[in-house]
Amino acid sequence: MDYMVLLYAILLMGIAGIILGVVIAAFVKLFRVKSDPRADLALELLPGANCGGCGRAGCADFAKALAAGEVSPANCPVSSSEQISAISIALGIDSGKVERKQAVVLCRSFIGEVRKMNYNGVQDCVAANMVAGGPGECRYGCLGLGTCARKCPFGAIEIIGQVAVVHRELCVGCGKCAAACPRGVIKMVPAEAEVHVYCHSPIKGAEKRKMCKAGCIGCGKCSRMLPDAVKMDGFLAQVDYESVTVLDQEAVSAVKCPVGCLLTADERLTAAYNKLEGRGDE
Amino acid sequence: MKYLELTVGAVLVNNFVLTRFLGICPFLGVSKRLDTALGMGGAVTVVMTLASCITSVISNYLLVFDINDKVVDLSFLRVLTFILVIAALVQLLEIMLQKVSPVLYRALGIYLPLITTNCAVLGAATINAESGRSVLDSTVFGAFSGVGFALALLLFSSIREKLELADPPKAFEGTPIALITAGILAMAFVGFSGLC
Repeated sequence: MDYMVLLYAILLMGIAGIILGVVIAAFVKLFRVKSDPRADLALELLPGANCGGCGRAGCADFAKALAAGEVSPANCPVSSSEQISAISIALGIDSGKVERKQAVVLCRSFIGEVRKMNYNGVQDCVAANMVAGGPGECRYGCLGLGTCARKCPFGAIEIIGQVAVVHRELCVGCGKCAAACPRGVIKMVPAEAEVHVYCHSPIKGAEKRKMCKAGCIGCGKCSRMLPDAVKMDGFLAQVDYESVTVLDQEAVSAVKCPVGCLLTADERLTAAYNKLEGRGDE
Repeated sequence: MKYLELTVGAVLVNNFVLTRFLGICPFLGVSKRLDTALGMGGAVTVVMTLASCITSVISNYLLVFDINDKVVDLSFLRVLTFILVIAALVQLLEIMLQKVSPVLYRALGIYLPLITTNCAVLGAATINAESGRSVLDSTVFGAFSGVGFALALLLFSSIREKLELADPPKAFEGTPIALITAGILAMAFVGFSGLC
């Protein structure tokens, strides 16, 4: 009679297998989702970083919008111009034109050099900023705890000597860092802009000078010499990125900012590394 | 009263992850961020409820039956049939979700295939079968076991998010400190034993 148990077992498993197989097949037929082949093609050509820099929820969503003709391929900040033209050729649509952005950290000095306390809490800018406005006297500068660097999907931000610095060759301008920074030190600027005023604090020059030797003192030298390109906003000089005059290395050398706030991005990076090495010698 | 005992028992006293040590793989794997943990917790709860219901029907009515006054006992096929049914069920759920609710599919979708052979789901089905629960009891137990799993995942991922920013000794960074935390969390849950 034991053979009967074997028979029942085989019958049960066999029938169960067949029924489940048929049901799954029926479900697949019944609930098939038609995916747009154009969207699949676009998704294949997209970088797949899922950074959200285009304003969509990831590359798949962007591909769907591309296929529907809602956006143009140039809206993807990560793709190079070759990749964008490849997508526009594959889909047979216009590649479109979008102004490229890049992030810049508008601070040269970690928490304004002068500290009001030692912070030993959670090593994160958002948390540090909540504790009595951060450990430094300056309430506007970079906290240097790397919240932006951790947010960056492309590893474009490096904390050099406790200040965040953007590597321009890696930054695609998705804007995640600017959104993450609790102090708004990071600004999204046109990718062609090379020269920036590396200070973000609007307070008076004399007062600022007491807490930070690297901040803009608001002397107005740059805005007098380059009236088209640099505007004074209270006590803080700001590069006018809308201006037709695009500043370069020459303009920086001509102005000779007394505190060294007006810099090109490359100079800023070199200076940061030099300072770090100098620190190591001490 | 019976159901209160069943639910409290499933969620707190015999928590699947922290006292039974089932489903440890997703517990460590998808607990790095709170939102993924919530997605996984939700998916497990749904699958566990359905799987407990269907497997208890199978174990109560299909694996043991009478033929000509003779009892045929096929309970040695339990694991085999349960795995088959759970895998098929998860497949069906995934296919259906993709069509019916794309939003939910995107939230749960990537976790569903992970659950196909999740030991917590199979564990709930086996525990139900071995304690001879009725179909309704099994479903309630399955649902609240899933809730317990989600709770454990939620607690652990919240702690881990904070741990990411903490400054532990170099040797403990990453997985070691997470495992120690899991151990302490498990000890805390053992404190519920004797509640019912």
